[in-house]
Amino acid sequence: MKDGLKIVVCAKVVPKPEEVKVDPETMTIVRTEVENELNPACKHALEMGLQLKDKHGGEVILLSMGPPLFEGFLKMGIAMGADDAVLLSDRAFAGADTYATSYALAEAVVKIGDVDLILCGEETSDSSTGQVPPGVAEWLDVPQITYVSQLEIGEDGRLRGKRSITGGHEVIAVHMPAVVSVEIGVNSPRFPDFRRKRWAEREFELKVWDIGELGVGPEMVGLPGSHTSVDRLIEAKSPERLREFVEGTPEEKAKKVYEIIKPYLQS
Amino acid sequence: MYLEHDGEELLNVSLEIMGKARELSDTLRTELTGVLLGSGIEHLTRISTEFGANKVLVVDSPILDHYSTYAHTKAMAELVRARKPEILLIGATHDGRDLAGRLAVRLKTGLTADVMRLEIDDSGLLVAGVPGFGGGILAMVKCEASRPQMSTVRPGVFAPLEPDRSRMGTVEAVEVDVSEQDVKREILERVVEERVDITRAEHLVVGGLGTGGDLTLIRNLAQLMGGEVGVTRPLADEGYVSRDHQIGTTGYSVRPKVLIVAGASGAMTFTSGIDDSEVIVAINTDREAPIFDHADYCVVDDLFKVLPPLIKEVRGLRE
Repeated sequence: MKDGLKIVVCAKVVPKPEEVKVDPETMTIVRTEVENELNPACKHALEMGLQLKDKHGGEVILLSMGPPLFEGFLKMGIAMGADDAVLLSDRAFAGADTYATSYALAEAVVKIGDVDLILCGEETSDSSTGQVPPGVAEWLDVPQITYVSQLEIGEDGRLRGKRSITGGHEVIAVHMPAVVSVEIGVNSPRFPDFRRKRWAEREFELKVWDIGELGVGPEMVGLPGSHTSVDRLIEAKSPERLREFVEGTPEEKAKKVYEIIKPYLQS
Repeated sequence: MYLEHDGEELLNVSLEIMGKARELSDTLRTELTGVLLGSGIEHLTRISTEFGANKVLVVDSPILDHYSTYAHTKAMAELVRARKPEILLIGATHDGRDLAGRLAVRLKTGLTADVMRLEIDDSGLLVAGVPGFGGGILAMVKCEASRPQMSTVRPGVFAPLEPDRSRMGTVEAVEVDVSEQDVKREILERVVEERVDITRAEHLVVGGLGTGGDLTLIRNLAQLMGGEVGVTRPLADEGYVSRDHQIGTTGYSVRPKVLIVAGASGAMTFTSGIDDSEVIVAINTDREAPIFDHADYCVVDDLFKVLPPLIKEVRGLRE
């Protein structure tokens, strides 16, 4: 057996949800001046990868697909402890749905080579599909464990993941290599190390692969490689509410609320 | 559509999707076929037709007893290739998403996730409303060239039909090529507690971060009202209650008659899950909190001061 684990952590940079605005005239998303962040679930995946590396040795490689502005965020991941980072960046990747995205990421995992474990966040905060991890697993034809809160390597060398299911949880064991999607909030992502941060910003050079370097055809990625397309955006309007303020002392307010809800309790 | 179940009953999300899928099938003048995968599941066919399916395909095999990614994906892929449906709908549960994400790539087709709206356009294409950026926007997404058009559907969004015992459908037992080798995972432990279903609750009391994680008053009031407890995402993340109680874009959408929400600021990721409630009462110390834009009755006060007398009043009614 080789020394330690080779772990790839897939990560995406997303706009902070509270910053996103829609232009009501054109119904398009205003992306200028939006503050971005590393997707929260991806940070938990990175932390899980780093913990496994701490325990078993090996290396953690960040993998992302997006424009060059992602670089700074990946360097933050390097400062947290990742060993290397690969950014798939090419205009040809633009407009990808989860099908084309999972294909490109899977091809990158193949190119990185000899990978034992691929960790992803359960979903991204901007699109919340959670479809990329199972998609990557299918492209690679390896097992997957989704919605994982705890992960360990068993004595038999298999991967054991605790995953949440409707109404409870299950612990399942699969052979590696495997893809795991990590639930939000399952660990506390470590802070970037100050010295590593300086090194990451000044000296570290991440790998940037375009479609030529990745070795994929333009018809397989981006918009041409996608099956779904956005027809239009609509604002999900909340219904109008009464918005009636209930005034008085806490007791008086409680009494008034009680009178309001009473008919519903008796029916 | 894929009919998810727990061995005993169909999941509510399956009944909900069947209601919507029945409507889509009628628009397209086509059949609605439900697929049941599992072991000893013959008893679920009747309820499937009562809730709207014209046809139920049953694959009964011990190998499919509990969900496994490989075996279920293989079985579904085989059925889809043989029957060639135009549309395939799956509940956006954890297992449903685990399956759908994998199946779509295997079938080389498009998948929309966690949809909240489903329509058929003039050309007969499925248009799926996918919530984005925290629920404030719906992207209406199509899958034009490949089939089936796949979607996972958010639990709690659509209402099931009234069950109709006179509604008849055909049941067909089908065999698929799955064996022990296709399971490729071992279940070491499996715990399913009695399931709470907040999407069915008539009364809900919801706690947000303002509770500081202390849900005692929330629980008391919910119990006295004969309802359930709901929470915003941070409280579920912190593990104060299970995810079954979580409302919002990454949790459930609810449609109670009365919803009392205390100590939640009203982030869009949360409020998109309560929009179908009949009456909403919000309690928050901040008069400017966005939650009050989503409430019928607004109480600006400390929840720890207002809830105790309210509990007392409701208890009075019960006694």
